[in-house]
Formats: sequence, structure tokens, C-alpha cells
Amino acid sequence: MLDAARTVVFRDLLLALRRRSDVATALLFFLIVASLFPLGIGAEPNLLRAIAPGVIWVAALLSSMLSLSRLFAADHADGTLEQMLLGVSPLGVVAGAKVLAHWLVSGLPLVVIAPVIALQYDLPQSLYGTLALSLLLGTPVLSFVGAIGAALTLGLRGGGVLLALLVLPLYVPVLIFGAGSVDMASAGLAPDGQLLLLAALLVVSAAFAPWAIAAALRISTE
Amino acid sequence: MLEAAGLECVRQQRVLFAGLSFALGGGEMLRVAGANGSGKTSLLRILCGLLAPQAGEVRWQGAPIQGLREEYARHLVYLGHAPAVKDDLTAAENLAIACRLAGLRTAAESISEALARFGLSGAALVKRLSQGQRRRAALARLALSASTPLWLLDEPFTALDTAGVAMLRGLIEAHIGRGGAVVYSTHQDPGMAATRVVELVVA
Repeated sequence: MLDAARTVVFRDLLLALRRRSDVATALLFFLIVASLFPLGIGAEPNLLRAIAPGVIWVAALLSSMLSLSRLFAADHADGTLEQMLLGVSPLGVVAGAKVLAHWLVSGLPLVVIAPVIALQYDLPQSLYGTLALSLLLGTPVLSFVGAIGAALTLGLRGGGVLLALLVLPLYVPVLIFGAGSVDMASAGLAPDGQLLLLAALLVVSAAFAPWAIAAALRISTE
Repeated sequence: MLEAAGLECVRQQRVLFAGLSFALGGGEMLRVAGANGSGKTSLLRILCGLLAPQAGEVRWQGAPIQGLREEYARHLVYLGHAPAVKDDLTAAENLAIACRLAGLRTAAESISEALARFGLSGAALVKRLSQGQRRRAALARLALSASTPLWLLDEPFTALDTAGVAMLRGLIEAHIGRGGAVVYSTHQDPGMAATRVVELVVA
């Protein structure tokens, strides 16, 4: 069972390595969207510092959305998804492995470059840790929840827009707790509560989303 | 081994077939024939469990396949319409991954051996291969699936040249010879003596 999960993660990382442009697109999107705000608002450090957590988190949501529609679509088109459905390990395990690979490629880089973005907003260095930690806990939730939507909209015409409508509302709790934790820290309070709630969301989504994704995949490939 | 009882398939509000029943034992070959759009692919997808029939059920060694899932998957190889190979991986990587997902433990040598039988080197990225070579890369899995009893092949002969067709026929006949069961669909008769033929008619 773990062997299948390892195989899928390895496969998806290898594919990402061979198609680096796909990975770079989502990352550059994040970088550009987050950089547009300081340019549009101008040099008002207090305002920028106040909106930074929210803007960075919204940019992370959108960039995670961007790569989601391809999560199953490519495998569906070339028939490899059918082979995964007919694999000998439970489909939930395979789905979980695919989400993990998606996060390693599209979520983890956001965590790493977030401090660079924070620099543009003149965010105090003391907040970098909280920002990175909140993204580290929150972006996997985005991948798990988004993958359910990606599986449900698989093969539909205009699936990309539908996916956004379906998934973005579900991202709201992650956005609130994620941006909230950085806000708390900037107000000098302990962000532990918000971070623990994010961790709870992560645990719940990691436990249940793979099975929901598996069920959705079975329905949409019929 | 494989049993279909009263299968009915409805796609886009159209009944493709109804009341389809047959049984297939070890060492038997079933050819699914019929024109384009007659439901050959749908029948094969129903047989492997990817598609739920409108009515009726498929049984594997007496048990309905819905309840078996991964247990049934262990006993079958399904090669679908699309070759199921990734463009950005090499033929060898594709085959190794497909085998591991199917729970087969295969050494690197046997993978390159299987590809060599189909005249592929294994080192080239699949996107540089022709249609026929892609098909060969997918079919190479059969050379490693001797121990899997049931083969379900959807249009396996498309895009193959005469040497490829002969190669595939050899593999299928060898599998029948060792007591395996093969279901394959085709719209032209490849000249193999099938035990049973299911002829689907466009309704």
C-alpha cells in the first residue's frame, strides 16, 4: 500500500521535474499577484503592513487554485488515471499521494518564498516565522480540499471556472485562520490558537479528503 | 472465472445493450465485436469495474466485483482505449510505474526485456514515439503479466504493424495456453479462434 503511495509521489515529482514550466507558472503567479498590491497602493508602509497577511494568503489561495485543475485532468486524458483506479491499493491512498505530490510542488515553494513577499510589505521580521508556519499548515489543506473539487469537476466543460466557484468558498476558514494568525502576532498576541485550528483543519482534511477524492474520481470517470 | 449476468448499459439516454450474459472460464477467449459506437468500450469498462452497469452484474469467481474492488484488481489487467503512458516519462519508467501500481514486483532487467520484445529501447521519452510505438509501450505490460489470470484489452490491435499484431497474438495465445482468460474488442477479425464472440449491434 505504501509502495503504491511512494510510486505515485515519485511519479508526480518526476513529471513536475520534466515539466518545470508548469510549476514555475503557479509560483510566478503568486509572486506577481502579491507584488501588484504594493505597486498599486504606493509607499504607505502602515497600510501595507496592515493588509500584508490577507493579501499574501489570498494570493496563495489563487495560486493553489491555478494548478489544481491539472491535478487529475492530464492523467484522465492519457488513461493513466484509469490504471490508478484499477490499482491494487485503495484509491484513497493513491489520491492522498497525488495530493501530497501536488503540495510538494505547488504549496511548499510558497512557504519558502513568503518571506520575500513579506519584505515588499515591510512586515517586521518577527512575523516571518508565524507567516511561514501558517502557510506550512494551511497550504496542504488547500491542496486536499481543492483536490476534491478537481476530482468532481473532472472532464466537465468549463470545469476550471466551476472548480473555482466550488472550492474558493471552502477555502474561507483556512484564509481566516491563516491571515488571522499573522494579524494576532503583529498585534503582539500569541497566534497559537489560530495555528492550532489550522493544524486541526489539516488533520481532518488529511484524514477524510482522500476518501472523498476517491469517491469523486469514481463518479466522474464513469 | 468471469461471469456476466443480464448486463444493461445506457449511455446518453441510449440503450447500448441489454440482457447481455456470458461466462468465461480459464483458457478461453472472448472477442467483443461490433461497429463504432456499439458499446464495446463500455462493455469492457463494465467488466473491469470502471463503469457500473444499469442492470445486471459482473461476477469474478462467483462474487460480484463491486464488493471485491482491489481484490479483483489484483487478478486483472485492463488496457484501455488510451495507451495510458505518460508523454514526459520514458517507456521503461511508464512500465515500471504501471507494474508497481498493479502490485507486480518487477526487476529492471525484465522491464527492459519486455520492451525489447516489442522493439523498444525504453530510454526515449514517450512523446518522441509514434502512435504504434506508444501502443507497443502499453502492450509490453502484458509480457510481464503472465501470472495475472484475466486480460481485458480494448482495441489492442489499433495502430500496430503486422509484426506488432503477430507479437500480440503470440502473447494472447500463450496466455490462453497457460489457462488465462482474455477478453478483447476489435472491429476487424484478427484471425484468432475465439472461444466466444459477443457481437454488439448499434441500436
